[in-house]
Amino acid sequence: MDIRVENIRKQFSLYPALDDVSLDIRSGELIALLGPSGSGKTTLLRLVAGLETPTAGRIYFGDEDASLRTVQERNVGFVFQAYALFRNMTVLDNVSFGLTVRPRATRPPKAEIRRRALELLDLVQLTGLEKRYPQQLSGGQRQRVALARALAVEPTVLLLDEPFGALDAQVRQELRKWLREIHDRTGHTTVFVTHDQEEALELADRLVVMSQGRIEQVGSPDEIYDRPANPFVFSFIGESSALPVTVKNHEVWTGGRAIGLPAPHEATGPASLYFRPHDIELVEDGAALAGVVAASRRVGGTRRVELEIGGHPDRVEIDLPFDHPAGERTRIAFRPKRWRVFPAGRGS
Amino acid sequence: MYEQDVAVYDSRRIVPANAHTSPTTERPLVRRTLILVAVAFMALTLVLPLVLVFVEAFRKGADTYFAAFADRHSQTAIALTLTVAAIAVPLNLVFGVAAAWCVAKYEFWGKSFLTTLIDLPFSVSPVVSGMVYVLLFGAQSVLGPWLRSMGIEIIFAVPGIVLATIFVTFPFIARELIPLMQAQGSTDEEAALSLGATGWQTFWRVTLPNIKWGLLYGVLLCNARAMGEFGAVSVVSGHIRGRTTTMPLDIEILYNEYNFAAAFAVASLLALLALVTLLIKTILEVRFGAELAGTRRH
Repeated sequence: MDIRVENIRKQFSLYPALDDVSLDIRSGELIALLGPSGSGKTTLLRLVAGLETPTAGRIYFGDEDASLRTVQERNVGFVFQAYALFRNMTVLDNVSFGLTVRPRATRPPKAEIRRRALELLDLVQLTGLEKRYPQQLSGGQRQRVALARALAVEPTVLLLDEPFGALDAQVRQELRKWLREIHDRTGHTTVFVTHDQEEALELADRLVVMSQGRIEQVGSPDEIYDRPANPFVFSFIGESSALPVTVKNHEVWTGGRAIGLPAPHEATGPASLYFRPHDIELVEDGAALAGVVAASRRVGGTRRVELEIGGHPDRVEIDLPFDHPAGERTRIAFRPKRWRVFPAGRGS
Repeated sequence: MYEQDVAVYDSRRIVPANAHTSPTTERPLVRRTLILVAVAFMALTLVLPLVLVFVEAFRKGADTYFAAFADRHSQTAIALTLTVAAIAVPLNLVFGVAAAWCVAKYEFWGKSFLTTLIDLPFSVSPVVSGMVYVLLFGAQSVLGPWLRSMGIEIIFAVPGIVLATIFVTFPFIARELIPLMQAQGSTDEEAALSLGATGWQTFWRVTLPNIKWGLLYGVLLCNARAMGEFGAVSVVSGHIRGRTTTMPLDIEILYNEYNFAAAFAVASLLALLALVTLLIKTILEVRFGAELAGTRRH
């Protein structure tokens, strides 16, 4: 089901947790809300679930205004970061819970509930563990029970709040792949919150990058990574280097000279140049950025060096092949292969 | 598939425990002296009086002991104590759960004031709480004449005793549940609600099972205090033998009449109650310590 968030504001005491946020979530997609802590991503998820009420704005489920509906009426599947399994119930009872609390008229018969719960446990690969209690399961298993429990009510949308946040790296990897499979098999519209960009880039069809209660950019992983809309997204996603520059005569200037980067569409004036440390080429002559090596360290198979550029104290980072002979104070000239120029004033 | 490797320790490398003394351990002589002082003090102030209660109760033989309970006044005192506890404890159970729910799961203005207010009966002398009820409902109070015209007796009657007991025992269950419910947070409830459960279903099937041991613990302490309360009840009861004396008041009257055997016989019942309470309390702490919030606070 399509979900439309329209001009949502949410105020906690004095500061706004969400400030005029609008978002279209398409039916059947797997979408990630990504941002640093305090960006409002979890608040947005809880608003969609109905666990919070918006200060202003509306939320539509399909064509229906769901803003005033209670969390029970919205029929969402919510998976919590800390699992929130009912510790006094077995795995089977946890998964069946959503069906057993239905009013008699819509509640399936006992045998049917049991059959469906077992089917879901099979889907999440926990067959045979239905009689266990949550305390007897590992973190990864608990999170899978939580997912099965959320799926049992046949939710209109599946909402996951940092679903893998409490798990160790290896389990997280595995569950990530597995969540993608489950999503592709069941076709639920799925929204998940994460602060882990790698997770978001790998898993989601689309990403919503948030910061300070606002949406910075919405797009596919490729769009977000290759064409960041603003300095925040550029520096938050992947690695980046930034340098204050000037745009003059449709070219990028620094230290009083052009550095061979055209800027045909950017306005004349002070600006910031952003590029990825690994996305550069070393040049022998011609207009380029030049600096001396101030520090260097080994990062995996490459060498990350900090360069002091021109007359000002700003440093940028670039990657060199790890056998590059550059040492301390070596002069290096390079040009970014891909770059973005943002007008100054909206730095991050 | 997610099991961690169990670390294997080389047994030869484990150093005998007595090879090094821990920096927080005293020398043996100091240690024994301190233990001896503590044990002697405990024996003198706790064990000895308790033993004495039973010794005194049986001093004139088992016949006298059981004769004390054949006394009509003592029987009504026991019945009244049970009645008061049977009314006060369930009411405080409901109040306590409601208050704890309110404080633990919601944010509102004046919350810390409310929490302090719940503690009030702990900090106020029980005699004062009794006096308050006399001033409120007594013959000389504003409500006095009206109550009398309606034929309602509160002070020097059972309702006053129940009210005073409820007041004095109010904090026990709430204080036990608040930290427990705060620590548990609201995500379990949110999970239940998101799965379609009503508020009532959520309470019975999720919240209550999560707090049941803490609740039982609170009820136990509340009950022990309700049956043993002396000060507040003494002020509002009027000491009418056979009508408004509870067990603690009955003990006092018997004692003042130099009827030591009977006084200690009834006292032994209260002491027995304390022992049973302690026993169940210990069992709860050992078995469900993690699910009790403030173990060993009272």
